[in-house]
Amino acid sequence: MSFSLNYVCLAIYAASFAFYALNLYRDQRWMGYLATILLVAGLAAHYFALMDRARLIHAIPYDDLYGSMSLFAWLVAITYLGLELYHRERAVGSLVLPFVIFWVILAVAVAPSSVPRAPRADGALFALHITIGILAYSAFAISFLLSVIYLLQNRKLHRGKPGLAFWRFPALDLLERMSRSSVWVGWLALIASTILGFIWGRRLPGQYPMTDPKVVVTFVVLAVYAGYLWIVRTPTGRGARAAFVCACNFAVVLFSYTIVNLYFTGFHRYF
Amino acid sequence: MANDSIESGVLRGPRSRAEVALIGCSHRTAPVELRERVVFTPEQAVRAASELRESGVIEEAVVVSTCNRSELYGVSSNSGDSTPAALISYLSEFHRIPAHELNGRLYQHIGPAAVRHLFRVASGLDSMLLGEAEILGQVREAYGRALEHGVTGPVLNKLFQGALEVGKRARAETEIGTRPMSVAFAGVKLAERVFGNLKGHSALIIGAGAVAEQVVEHLRLREIRELHVVNRSIDRAKELAHRMGGKAYEWKQLEKLLEHPDIIVTSVSGAEPVLTRSALERAMAARSGRAMFVVDLGVPRNAEPEVENLYNVYLFNIDHLGEIVEQNKKAREAEIPRVESVIDEHVAKFLSWQSGLEAAGLLDALHARLDAERRALLAAHFGQLDGLSEEDRARLEKMTQELVERIVEMPSGRLRESRKLKRPVEGLAALRELFGLDESEREGPERKGKS
Repeated sequence: MSFSLNYVCLAIYAASFAFYALNLYRDQRWMGYLATILLVAGLAAHYFALMDRARLIHAIPYDDLYGSMSLFAWLVAITYLGLELYHRERAVGSLVLPFVIFWVILAVAVAPSSVPRAPRADGALFALHITIGILAYSAFAISFLLSVIYLLQNRKLHRGKPGLAFWRFPALDLLERMSRSSVWVGWLALIASTILGFIWGRRLPGQYPMTDPKVVVTFVVLAVYAGYLWIVRTPTGRGARAAFVCACNFAVVLFSYTIVNLYFTGFHRYF
Repeated sequence: MANDSIESGVLRGPRSRAEVALIGCSHRTAPVELRERVVFTPEQAVRAASELRESGVIEEAVVVSTCNRSELYGVSSNSGDSTPAALISYLSEFHRIPAHELNGRLYQHIGPAAVRHLFRVASGLDSMLLGEAEILGQVREAYGRALEHGVTGPVLNKLFQGALEVGKRARAETEIGTRPMSVAFAGVKLAERVFGNLKGHSALIIGAGAVAEQVVEHLRLREIRELHVVNRSIDRAKELAHRMGGKAYEWKQLEKLLEHPDIIVTSVSGAEPVLTRSALERAMAARSGRAMFVVDLGVPRNAEPEVENLYNVYLFNIDHLGEIVEQNKKAREAEIPRVESVIDEHVAKFLSWQSGLEAAGLLDALHARLDAERRALLAAHFGQLDGLSEEDRARLEKMTQELVERIVEMPSGRLRESRKLKRPVEGLAALRELFGLDESEREGPERKGKS
């Protein structure tokens, strides 16, 4: 059931992407509205797929790699939707949606079913710890995309050869503000998630060591994004330098989410 | 009822040739010296349209007059072939320009060609600056004025409403109106790519050249917060600052002024650059590295080329902007086929409506003709049939009436169908000729008297 719902949500996301791309090319308001409506519909279908999965495994969807990636994709889409509504800017959707679709496809098709399941852990506090943690990764993913767009736009401006997309994407100033708000969301979410994790871990003394590689890398992620938030406020750092730092920071997030999860951590296997 | 039909057929007529005709001249056909002599002020445009209607040359009129074109649109119910000549003669008289001076400088179109011409004008395809938006507003104003003074009619109303729709669709559905086409506008649009909304930003204008003034005008339209003008001649700086609502400064204050503005537009003449890397480095340090956008319109260049290597400084010189304008021109030209397809659609729609209008008039005339024949026939035969009771006479009257209704109903149904399909009705001329409907229009009053 959840797999068929995943296909439904993939189809809706694909349709949403098509309209975001058409809106970028044609610059027609109704196409943009339709893209957003389809994105909301895709999010709803995706939500039911996640719920279905949760019911099936009697746990929260991130209890395995598939669920974790699917939840990540859902949170990327919902974070983007929030940014779109807040900043009233749709052009970026044409780059965010392929990213969302990629993760859903990866979750459905590539995630190996033979990967050992993580130790079962339950409770609302734990669920909140993980969900907010994945939300943080999603927000960092969005800021990565925005920073890449910033760098490309900046390069085109300096070369003096703008193409069609150049005139459609947001101004550099707005891209920077969007990226900054996204990083703030991610950074605060990761702090909240870490605190919740510590509170939850203290209830089970000795079972979950605080020196777990995932915990260490999480502090590194917090540090590098704190660095970005500082750079983006400095006169000599804001602009292309800050965007470059933000884009590079995402490598640490990816490292934490993939390599650390799969090979280094004992109990943070899928999140 | 029967009398009404005849009356309507006679008075409205079959609208056999309600063709749109236009004459005019534009930047494509006439030099500015002639164009400025045939310009109509808004009052003159209304007066000309009224006079043309009153003289009987045309039944409906609209005058479109801008700096690049002056056009007279008219609708005449008699053959449109002679209308352009009458319009040209009127134009010549109105502006007191000898006819030989207008020879070869005017264009004229009738029917579908006139419709297509107006739609091309409204969409910006016929403009000097391909796809420019102002023309749509000018067409709207010209039509609005004519409508207000009651000099339009059903055909020109439909035509101009169609033109406004074409203009809107062309700009909404294609790229014909997007992307800047002038160096000044390109500079401002690029600044918007850096800062987003320019409201709340400040600008410094160095020098007071014509293109710089155009940039300032665009900046003012975007409600820029502060405008500083600096020039070697303080009087000239003051003059520009006064005109544009900014502040003028002495030339010696230039370096200090560089610290504040987000946008710098420079266009001074001189062999030495006025914006050096070191000066801008100091300015950037003083303004905490906030982004700065420099438009260098000077030849030779006013800004050292090394300036573009400064972090957060965006430098565009006249060549960069020219290249962007050239790219944009090509992009707009590539949109022409898409605009043409919108125009094709609306031309077909208008012609279908027009032929429907003509066909409806023709059917009215046909109905009136058949009804008149019916009544003449009955009147002739009722005199010979004395034995017919009043009741039988009424029955015969009703039967023959129904017969006429049935005959006319079939083409009416086809007409409704063709309107739905949005295609012109064909064979109207044959129908008119076979039933002598043009004659019926001429003979109308006589026939009315007979019946």
